Amino acid sequence: MKRLLTAAITFLAAQTALAGVAIEHWTTTNGTRVYFSAAPALPMLDVQIDFAAGSMFDPADKAGLAALTRGILDLGAGERDETAIAEQLADLGARLGGGADTDRASISLRTLTAADKLPAALAVLTDVLRQPHFDAAILEREKARTIASLKDAMTRPDSIAGKAFWEALYPDHPYGRQATPESVATLTRDDLVDFHRRLYTAGNASIAMVGKLTRAEAEAIAEQLSLALPAGTPPDLPKPPGAARARTVALAHPASQAHIYLGLPAIERGHPDFFPLLVGNYTLGGGGFVSRLVQEVRDKRGFVYSIYSYFAPMRQTGPFQIGLQTQRKQAREAIKVVRQVVGDFVAKGPTEEELAAAKANLSGGFPLRLDSNAKLLGNIAVIGFYGLPLDYLDHYRARVEAVTADEVRAAFARHVRPGDLVTVTVAAE
Amino acid sequence: MIMRHLLPVLLAPWLLSAALANPYETTLDNGLKVIVKEDRRAPTAVHMVWYRVGSMDEVDGTSGVAHVLEHMMFKGTPTVGPGEFNKRVAAAGGRDNAFTSRDYTAYFQQIPRERLAEMMALEADRMRHLTVDPKEFAQEIKVVMEERRMRTDDDPQAKLFEQMNAVAYQAHPYRRPIIGWMNDLENMTAEDARAWYDTWYVPNNAYVVVSGDVDHQEVFALAREHYGALAARPLPARKAQVEPRQEGTRQLTTKGPAELPVLIMGYKAPILRNPATDRDPYALEILGGILDGHDAARFNRKLVREDKLAISAGVSYDSTARGPGMIYLYGSPSEGRTVAELEAALRAEIARIQQEGVSEAELKRTKAQLVASQVYKLDSVFGQAMEIGQMEAIGLSWKDVDIMIERLQQVTAADVQAAAKKYFDDDALTIGILDPQPLAGQPRRQRVPTRH
Repeated sequence: MKRLLTAAITFLAAQTALAGVAIEHWTTTNGTRVYFSAAPALPMLDVQIDFAAGSMFDPADKAGLAALTRGILDLGAGERDETAIAEQLADLGARLGGGADTDRASISLRTLTAADKLPAALAVLTDVLRQPHFDAAILEREKARTIASLKDAMTRPDSIAGKAFWEALYPDHPYGRQATPESVATLTRDDLVDFHRRLYTAGNASIAMVGKLTRAEAEAIAEQLSLALPAGTPPDLPKPPGAARARTVALAHPASQAHIYLGLPAIERGHPDFFPLLVGNYTLGGGGFVSRLVQEVRDKRGFVYSIYSYFAPMRQTGPFQIGLQTQRKQAREAIKVVRQVVGDFVAKGPTEEELAAAKANLSGGFPLRLDSNAKLLGNIAVIGFYGLPLDYLDHYRARVEAVTADEVRAAFARHVRPGDLVTVTVAAE
Repeated sequence: MIMRHLLPVLLAPWLLSAALANPYETTLDNGLKVIVKEDRRAPTAVHMVWYRVGSMDEVDGTSGVAHVLEHMMFKGTPTVGPGEFNKRVAAAGGRDNAFTSRDYTAYFQQIPRERLAEMMALEADRMRHLTVDPKEFAQEIKVVMEERRMRTDDDPQAKLFEQMNAVAYQAHPYRRPIIGWMNDLENMTAEDARAWYDTWYVPNNAYVVVSGDVDHQEVFALAREHYGALAARPLPARKAQVEPRQEGTRQLTTKGPAELPVLIMGYKAPILRNPATDRDPYALEILGGILDGHDAARFNRKLVREDKLAISAGVSYDSTARGPGMIYLYGSPSEGRTVAELEAALRAEIARIQQEGVSEAELKRTKAQLVASQVYKLDSVFGQAMEIGQMEAIGLSWKDVDIMIERLQQVTAADVQAAAKKYFDDDALTIGILDPQPLAGQPRRQRVPTRH
């Protein structure tokens, strides 16, 4: 799950940017940073509150705490039990969402802005922020469900491979720590309450809003949400991850296909090499059907249905990852081809033609990254949470266009040394 | 449906969305319909070409050919080489893909608005001029087999669903998987794909949907320019293949590596044919919302939260399709509980509605969600084009969406109760169970007793 969430977030982040998106920014009296973009066309509001309360803050012996805390947050709060919350939101046609990944715990609300809907939906959200119950019986139930899901996931080759990949990349960092049935079983209500008290604070939160609101209305809403939280400060970060040790992890499974991951820790959010790596990776394995990995492994050899590579910059050094699945008997051959493609790309970089194609797509397709309120919200939330420059979207195209082949080569040489790649296989022969 | 690159929806969402302010449509002389939904919020557009042909039009021995041809559509024409289609879309800053369902096959590009004409030129070219090269075919069929391994063979839940269809339907082509049986893929030839293309890929069997920052008159003009010259051709007669009435419960079990058992109970159910006069499909849609429309809907509240009998429980019903319909109840029992207990509990919830009906509050709640979803759906340019395309695909029109929303609003508690009594009939039931198998070296979860 962790792997999937991270991938989704990377996608958003790499998606950022359209010149002319007006992001208004201010800080509430209680210390929460707010990022707002008015979208008057539809009578609806999306609001998302992000806390630095992801799994990287799980204590070493309590993996799964961040996820469970977020999971139970909205199952009873203030005057409402879990049933009342769900029923009232449904009555309003409002939707509560969110979740926890490695870095963030998020809670989001989508609601209509009609006068008989908006304040009532915000009242539910405010209660969830102010006074979640963390009911003991609900905790036991959700622990049991989480444990059952974890056990089921550990029968699936993709989940097994994902868990092993993160463990191999981050042996000494919380990013490598995965919830297990055993670790979840030990979690207590006190653990959740303590985690929540420390991290779900106004000073550790950012709010993103997109919708049909005036600035004054947005300010009032942000103020209301922020004041529902204790003041607080951001937590200390763990010691940054070190380099991974290049190795191969091979796990058995009866599946007909091998699931294969290659990668290493690469860059954190805001790293100056982000744009050269983004543009370069488009050619290597990020550009969908036109990437080298797809051409060599799928189109020429018919080895796979899906193959990709991406950088997932996170609060601390996030991974570069390649993923594929192929018939178990040709796993070795497929890995060999992947290594050749990566080695060649890192050594020589993109051709001028490839570089131009990458820029044409990333820059030309930029408007597609912001053509709905939902996409805007995702981008603004990332900018806010990670403290990216407010004009990040305005300069995105120019920064893509400015990347040179030399910069791509230099950035890959710094971050993707082929000899350092960790390889994880499940069900390979 | 199966996408060329993305994940399919195993079970369709339960509510159709609706109300469109402005679609415009026209039909070219060659029979190609063009539908435009203007949404000027951002400078992007979606261009889709839908073909009225899906896996239900296949015959035994070549199952999966609709989807294989979808893959081959990216393998070139005399003027656009293999892989060149994707390259040109990418160069335009676009993203493209395609998907095959039981009922239709569709291709799309999401693009900056000013690149629409290029997309039309590309789609018009491959509508009539595809090269089905045997060498390209030999490579691509391997890719499709890998896709089948990934989606179905190594996914016990997907396999269970495939088996459900194979058992629930005997005569209707919905019994075959969209991706095809592996042996049919092994035996498939470039000629099979070619024949499929020649039969079905003509303008009078297609329609174009464009949504986004466009002017409908300009889109119509572009469509005439690019698609207008393609010749129409008569289509083969499509014979009805009515599934005989089921007369008794069917049951199947599949095995695969998993921890959690899965139970699916599928009942034959009606499909919307006349939006203005049909009643039961609307009642079943609302019933689905009352059982599983939000976190405190009946299934989750009772089976997961209160009784802790299930890890999850849900309902899936889609009243729109070219073929016959089913309503599915499904779930996984909690540790220490059995599939038989879960089945009894799902049946008890249905019985409760059959005997006591549903409350006005529940009815109102489901309708409130429906109303809100009509606003939310307008946030997605792609979603708006999808809705139009799917309505057309099943032989209805975007014009019917407003009628459907209105009719859903009119459903009464008595309608819901009557539908529950009518359709949850054991003789029309197929029960599918995933019997989870431990991986080597791991303890086996307790056996899954069933009472059948």
